Formats: sequence, structure tokens, C-alpha cells
Amino acid sequence: MVQLTLPKNSKIKKGKEWNPPAVDAEPDRWREYRVYRYDPEGGENPRVDTYWVDTEDCGPMVLDALLWIKNNIDSTLTFRRSCREGICGSCSMNIDGTNTLACTMHAEDTKGAAIAIYPLPHMPVVKDLVPDMTRFYAQHREIEPWLKTDSPTPQKEWRQSHEDRDKLDGLYECILCACCSTACPSYWWNGDRYLGPAILLQANRWIEDSRDERTGERLDDLEDPFRLYRCHTILNCTKACPKGLNPAAAIANIKRKMVERM
Amino acid sequence: MATPLKRVRGLGAARHGTETFWRQRLTAVANVPLVIFLIWFVVSHAGASYDSVRQSLSNPMVAVLMLALIWSSAIHMRIGLREIIEDYLHNKLCKTSSLMLATFFAAGVAIASTYAIMKISFGG
Repeated sequence: MVQLTLPKNSKIKKGKEWNPPAVDAEPDRWREYRVYRYDPEGGENPRVDTYWVDTEDCGPMVLDALLWIKNNIDSTLTFRRSCREGICGSCSMNIDGTNTLACTMHAEDTKGAAIAIYPLPHMPVVKDLVPDMTRFYAQHREIEPWLKTDSPTPQKEWRQSHEDRDKLDGLYECILCACCSTACPSYWWNGDRYLGPAILLQANRWIEDSRDERTGERLDDLEDPFRLYRCHTILNCTKACPKGLNPAAAIANIKRKMVERM
Repeated sequence: MATPLKRVRGLGAARHGTETFWRQRLTAVANVPLVIFLIWFVVSHAGASYDSVRQSLSNPMVAVLMLALIWSSAIHMRIGLREIIEDYLHNKLCKTSSLMLATFFAAGVAIASTYAIMKISFGG
């Protein structure tokens, strides 16, 4: 059976409260963050630590708060970040129950009084908020995300009409943050065989590219009850995408092409 | 010790699945008017006598539509059951035996229902 409960060594226990604000602290100045902490080398179960962030001294985004915690309270807190503007996809994590980018998530937009932060769901954890993306990247490699041609390479460039270029809008912007794939129950249960929404959106980006000459071969490699057809149009992917893309529509387009060539 | 790419590639793409996907959509579309017909049939015969229902079922048009509904639903059910089993059952033995049982169940329902309609139609 599919594993619906956490294994014993993954059960989360209550963690440490690091810096509770003073009793006479200015109201609304301190914001509570509950952050998942786990170190596989430590041998202990994961825990959720509580931090209080001084909103007067910290930027508005959730990533700002994490950096503030790391710089001022607990330097052992581990997370990925790089561009801090929604381009690199490094800081994807589960914030307030939704997979998103910490750098583009405004702390004010979260619903609860305390902001809960966990790593991307259903991925092995390297440490704290850092998931192991090895399989995800291997799946991306599997779809061969590069231009494949057989015609002689033109002297200058592979030309493309404006109309054909437009078809790549909504596809090329994907930053491979994995928010969509890790929000998909099908990917949770069958991630070893199902490619997941992010990778299928990327596959569709190359299928739709007018310059690519291996469309049929790409479709052949996707035609599989698991690789493609494990998508049950749950649409969590589209809801989760922090870039506003629509992986579900991309998957539907691949399925339409499969039917077209039947 | 297999590399991540080796694990992802597994046994390769099965190169099928589209036909099943299309069949599932086709039977879903067919089921819409057929189920409406079934509801109409049941409602219009509410309180009717056993003989009158038997007589209606032996009408060729009704019998053909009923047979279409039975087979369309059974095929759709078989595909749906397979999807659910493949989603949630990962133990090989459990998965294979469940897939077999699901097929037997769908076929059994379809064959038994077909037999019943035929018997009524031909006045057996």
C-alpha cells in the first residue's frame, strides 16, 4: 500500500522556542515562525522550532525572515536561496501550507498568526528546509531538454516565426522549483515512475518548439501509463506554481498530441 | 548503486496508454446520455408492475441501449479500477492479483447483465 502516515523516524516532535519576545514588547512587532528542523546525521526525529522575527528590522518577504533568523538567532538553520527575486527557484518550500518561493511570498499574505515553514512535501530531506532534488533533476535529464535536430545546422541560427515563438510563452518561464511536482498527489505516490508536472511542462516546451525535429520521438518516450498518464488532472500543480504557469494545460496538450497521432 | 538516471529510466516507456486514455474518455462521453436514459427508464417505471417492466425491457430499442450502457460502464469501470489500483497498491503480488480481480469483476458484471437483458429480450 501507499504510505499514508509518516514512518516512525519521521514523526515530528515539538522543538525549541528560541527568542520569545519580552512581555512588554510592542504588539504586532514580532511575528512567529514555526520552522521544520531535521538533521539526518543527528539521529533524532524532526522537530518544529519556534522563532520570533522583529518585523521592524526585517524585510517583508518570508525569505527575509529566514535570513534574519539565520543571521540573528540560529545560524544552523539550513535552506537554499540565491537570487531572492523568483528567478532561480532555489528557495521553494512549503509556507503556510502551500508550496511556493520564500523570496516572492509576502509574510503579510500568510493566513495564520504563526507562519509554518516545511520543506517541499514528499521529498527526502537533506537538512532542515533542503530537499534532495536528485531524482527530480534526473527526470529532467530524461526528457532531453535541448534542441534536437537532424537537418544541417544553419550558418546563422535556427529561425522561428513570431507565432511559433508565442507558443513557448507560459512554458519557457518555468524555473524548475518543483513546487508543482511536490504538490501533486500522483507524484507523491508514484514519483519513481510518473515524471510529474514540472518535467512534463518542460517536455511540452520542447514538443511545442517549431525548431525541434524529434517531436515523435519525444512523444514515444512519454507514452507510458505512468510517465504521462499518471496525471489525473488534480490541478494542484497549476494552483501551486509561483510563476503563474499552467502545467496541467501543458500535460493536456501532450495528451492531445498523443491522441492526434493515434 | 544504480545512478539516478538509470532509476528514472527504469524499463523504458511502455509505448502504450493513449488508447486506454482515449477509451476512458469515449466511454465517459457515451455514459452521459446512456445514464440519463437509465434514469428516465427507472423513473418512468416507478411503481410499474413486474410484467410491464419486463415488457419494456424486451423492446429492441430499450434492450440495445441497456446493453450499450452495460458495456460502456463496465469498460469505464475496469479502466478506473486499474487507475486506482496502480495509484495506491505498490506491492507487486497485491497489485497483480487486484488487477486480475478487477478485470474478472468488471467482465462478470457485464456478462451477467448482458445475459439478463438477452433473456428478457428473447422471452426466456
